[in-house]
Amino acid sequence: MEKQLYYEDVAEESRITRLVKQPTTTQLVMWAGASGDYNAIHYDKDYALKRGLPGVIVHGQLAGAFLGQMLTDWAGDKGNLKKLSLSYKGMNFPGEILICKGKIVKKYFEDNQYLITLKIWVENPRSEKTLTGMAVINLPSKNDI
Amino acid sequence: MSIDSELIKELEGRVGIAEKPLFYEIEKGMIKRFTRAVGDTNPLWQDEKYAGKAGYGGIIAPPNFILILGFGKVLQNLIENPEVTVLHGSTELERHKEIKPGDVISVTNTIRNVRERQGSTGKMLFVTIDMLYENQNQEIVAECRQMTIIY
Repeated sequence: MEKQLYYEDVAEESRITRLVKQPTTTQLVMWAGASGDYNAIHYDKDYALKRGLPGVIVHGQLAGAFLGQMLTDWAGDKGNLKKLSLSYKGMNFPGEILICKGKIVKKYFEDNQYLITLKIWVENPRSEKTLTGMAVINLPSKNDI
Repeated sequence: MSIDSELIKELEGRVGIAEKPLFYEIEKGMIKRFTRAVGDTNPLWQDEKYAGKAGYGGIIAPPNFILILGFGKVLQNLIENPEVTVLHGSTELERHKEIKPGDVISVTNTIRNVRERQGSTGKMLFVTIDMLYENQNQEIVAECRQMTIIY
């Protein structure tokens, strides 16, 4: 069993555990199959070049799922991701290292829930934020144990 | 240019009209393919016993899983024309309930608005789509707004 994170363990302005990914072209094909997103810019280099892109690009929602994994890894089994917003700012390319990061913006008690608002983002090897977003997570409280 | 007035007219004609719902029967295999593609090994998504003990009654789908339901279809509807590029702009998801194997999720898509902008290489369209996800008990499990960019 993993150790559960509690509302009381979290401090505003602190960073959460980062997640490092390096998607391969094989992974993009796996994602296309799993997600049903067959937009050819993600697996057909000739088509991607013809459409003016530098090559095949990582699906935005795959990078978004990396951020989702970072959040659920961090929040533990009893954490609940309630809201997730993602803004696809730049392209990610297979083979490149992507670092998922997050920072706690606010913690508050509302509608009988202990909530955490986080800023989240994906950074490429040039420290560019290619995907930015926000998340709201409901954490358990030690008051309820 | 690939974005012609006909496409714009066609998309604008669909604004505010809910499309026929799509139905997805959630199977363990779907969740497995998703988590493998992501490289996410959290036992909540694959170990019945573990997830049961954690209080979910069995495995659940990861939060981002719902975003794949119906989205491929959204893209297909937008890019029947291979001379058009579709990129993803943004996603706003609100979750209300967990999804489990055995659930039947209906997805109802509605184009909310179509905005036209002049880009450096021609016309660009920003198309916002609202997606409503309900389970077999008519409970809303999630709501999402997807924005796509077409040029």
